[in-house]
Amino acid sequence: MTFLETAAAPEKLRRIAIDPVTRVEGHGKVTLLLDKDNRVQQARLHIVEFRGFEAFIEGRPYWEAPVVVQRLCGICPVSHHLAAAKAMDIIAGYAALTPTAEKLRRLLHYGQLIQSHALHFFHLSSPDLLLGFESEVAQRNIVGIAAAFPELARMGVLTRKFGQEVIRHIVGKRIHGTGCIPGGMNKGLKQQERDALRADIDQIVVWSREAVGLVRRLHETDPQFYASFGESRANMMGLVDAEGALDFYHGGLRARDADGGPIFDHADYATYATLLREEVKPWSYMKFPHIRTLGAEAGWYRVGPLARVQIADRLKSEQAEAERQIFLAAGGGQVLHGALFFHWARMIEMLHAAELARDLLDDPEILGAELMADKGPRQEEGIGVIEAPRGTLFHHYKVNEDDVITYCNLIVSTTNNNQAMNEAIRSVAAKFFDGRAVTEGLLNHVEIAIRAYDPCLSCATHALGQMPLQIEVLDAEGARVSQGTKG
Amino acid sequence: MRLVVFGWGNESRGDDGIGPALLRRIEDQHFKAVRTVEDYQLQIEHALDLDDANMVLFIDATRAGPAPFVFHEVVARREITPSTHALSPESLLDICARVLKTPPPPAFVLAVKGESFELGDGLSSEGAARAEAAWTFLRGLMETREVEAWRAAAGSLFDPPVAVIASSAPAFGRP
Repeated sequence: MTFLETAAAPEKLRRIAIDPVTRVEGHGKVTLLLDKDNRVQQARLHIVEFRGFEAFIEGRPYWEAPVVVQRLCGICPVSHHLAAAKAMDIIAGYAALTPTAEKLRRLLHYGQLIQSHALHFFHLSSPDLLLGFESEVAQRNIVGIAAAFPELARMGVLTRKFGQEVIRHIVGKRIHGTGCIPGGMNKGLKQQERDALRADIDQIVVWSREAVGLVRRLHETDPQFYASFGESRANMMGLVDAEGALDFYHGGLRARDADGGPIFDHADYATYATLLREEVKPWSYMKFPHIRTLGAEAGWYRVGPLARVQIADRLKSEQAEAERQIFLAAGGGQVLHGALFFHWARMIEMLHAAELARDLLDDPEILGAELMADKGPRQEEGIGVIEAPRGTLFHHYKVNEDDVITYCNLIVSTTNNNQAMNEAIRSVAAKFFDGRAVTEGLLNHVEIAIRAYDPCLSCATHALGQMPLQIEVLDAEGARVSQGTKG
Repeated sequence: MRLVVFGWGNESRGDDGIGPALLRRIEDQHFKAVRTVEDYQLQIEHALDLDDANMVLFIDATRAGPAPFVFHEVVARREITPSTHALSPESLLDICARVLKTPPPPAFVLAVKGESFELGDGLSSEGAARAEAAWTFLRGLMETREVEAWRAAAGSLFDPPVAVIASSAPAFGRP
């Protein structure tokens, strides 16, 4: 149990619920238990919807998995598509892809990263960053951004659109694409498709670099505030290639402690179950993974942009690596743990993905026709891991002799960050709620800390009228004294 | 008249698939000057899909509102919404105006009431029956595709014949 996870006598505390957390994918619920002096005694991020993903997958033929898993998430279907395809490559007996097939998958992945990061920064977080935490609610959403920074909104729309065009050209459709199949790709990139993407990519690189600069300037306006907001010292984990450079698509697992010291390095991700343990807690449907050797108390970790850009030895693209060095310098040699650094790191990654996409579009091999690898013996088990926009994503499957999936275990990026998000909430709650009246602006601070992680809390049901924000305040005896609903 | 029809939702989430199911019905009719756009949810880049539209129709499932469906006109509005991960039609029209720097086209929403949104489920019997009722209504709309006719149709629903449709061997059901 960590600091502020469980109060000694919760029945005597005042309860504040933020339900659901706004501007995150799906529904979340934050509860803060306060004492009579408004001091935080307990803070938790609850996952209120059971996803049931594994049961959804089990019983299906294995070759369906790369397509079916796209329906798990309306925001990052390509990430699930790629991770499942990597696992099914192994099960179907394909050891290595052809160079063209791997490059097409990488380009697809970079397109997904660009569109996801652009959405998050320009449409989820930048309102808070640009317009101030205490600004009017009406100014804190995308419409506010569009009004105050019309060209930034246009930049965000077109950057996201570019990422989706990459996806459309490679998998054939904007959604429900079938590009990746066990052993390779089912369609190549045509010359005219490559040329269309190549015509726009230089502008995307320029805009991405401008976005990095925008976040950097924001941090420079108040370095102490940006560094300490939602700060929680955490272990970090992600994929790196054989040289230690960040690799979004494939590599070995690297974990570092909160000071940057090694925990494990270049670990085969197929051994993840020996490295990580998934703990269940009674108050949340989402599991809490941790590094086995460190235990649950000390072994929780952070994934995603803030972890990735700090555990990697370098980024292989020139401009992004230059920006990463500026970012690291902000820490003065210390690891950066403030939640708002996620936004800076995320934009560095968007620039990195844009540069990598440009290089692939200039590579003649991207137009190759060799799309399927040579087939080897079929396997009964496969594990695929990628660095999805929100962090490390694990797909693990077992199949029977009838090619039916009998076991599925998914550790999605948000699950990997579960404890880290809880810690960020506690950091903010302890700093901003103690001894102060509860205001909408203060509640928004908690949400800002969560959104920095870009969590995906449930997936892809967005029926009209579904997502109000409800705030409930209960007194020390548990009676509701006020409530509010937005949206 | 160039009509853009959005149908969104996740067909692996029960009645969330009503929007895509109705969109497919429209596609099967091969109407001229009609462009369809399917996605999991409305997002800001969809504003770009409105670039050449003279009229827009948004089709989605809804948890709220009367059964079997509601049809009404919407206009651009700067909304205070708790979520921008999925935009409302009104917000999308507003973004369209701001990003494209052009007034958004006349726009209408067909919101079909859903019952169940569970992962792995197809349409519920109630949802399928309501989708069938909505299609009967929608087919009439698609024959005219004139703004004033649609406005008249929307107005007629304000004194609504919103009966609950009885469930019967739904064409929208899935095995």
